Amino acid sequence: MLAHAIFFYVFSIIAVISAIMVTVSKNTVHSVFFLILDFISISCLFIMIGAEFLGMIMLIVYVGAVAVLFLFVVMMLNVAQQKNQWFNSESTTSSHIPVGLIISTIIFFELIIVVGGWKYKPELSNPNTTQSSNEISNTHSLGQVLYTDYIHIFQISGMILLIAMIGAIVLTFRRREGLKTQSYLKQISRERSEGIEVLEVQSNKGVKIDD
Amino acid sequence: MTEIGLGHYLTLGAVIFSIGVIGIFLNRKNIIVILMSIELILLAVNINLVSFSIYLGDLTGQVFTLFILTVAAAEAAIGLAIIVVYYRNAGTIRVEEIDKLKG
Repeated sequence: MLAHAIFFYVFSIIAVISAIMVTVSKNTVHSVFFLILDFISISCLFIMIGAEFLGMIMLIVYVGAVAVLFLFVVMMLNVAQQKNQWFNSESTTSSHIPVGLIISTIIFFELIIVVGGWKYKPELSNPNTTQSSNEISNTHSLGQVLYTDYIHIFQISGMILLIAMIGAIVLTFRRREGLKTQSYLKQISRERSEGIEVLEVQSNKGVKIDD
Repeated sequence: MTEIGLGHYLTLGAVIFSIGVIGIFLNRKNIIVILMSIELILLAVNINLVSFSIYLGDLTGQVFTLFILTVAAAEAAIGLAIIVVYYRNAGTIRVEEIDKLKG
């Protein structure tokens, strides 16, 4: 139990510090790196409390795909030298910063009051071991539920991913000028009469092609 | 102190959620950091769902965490595509210069 506590505090302190660094970092590329660190430490927490499948999926999806997508966009849009400076006070539009701080701290203390005000049942002090006792792994039991009870939501989430992919492609697709491409419609709809012409060639006269 | 219960995980989720909200409010320069703050908020929700699912012994929370992961990935892709298109049209993605709606 002591090892559990030590690992929890280590990973959660790393996660909180890197989450703070995501928001206050001056360089956007550093923000993306701290976001990656945050996701890695949270997925370590997930693996530690017994949700191994979600921890691994989190590593694959976030660190492998989403963070790389963020890095691509950050480097493509050349925002690395547009410094993320919200500390300087020369701009007059900074009146929403204290409001934002107040609202965020109110949200935080509300959540803390809600969490701290609960009375936990004594068996909630350690992870429930009813599912890990009968030698079925977390992935196995998740698959048994996911493909039977939640199959329709699963299909709908697949459709959401498909629509997101189509939407991203349609949004960023751009037809450039001066590009030589094939026109399939023109190729297919070409008739024989406009391609070749049969001429009677008389001897010793030749053919005069007029164009 | 050495007994890690459900409350510890919920507190961690609350802290990360609040940091995400602060990041959305405080950021004036860069809209990509706002998208990253939204990812942090979704991460905090995932922490809550997974810890409840583990401590209650109910798998539904983990299933819904999977769906939240799906929606978060789709949202990041669409949001970044919109940012790319806006940068191509307007030449900037600084937050205080995106004022076409005069809001």
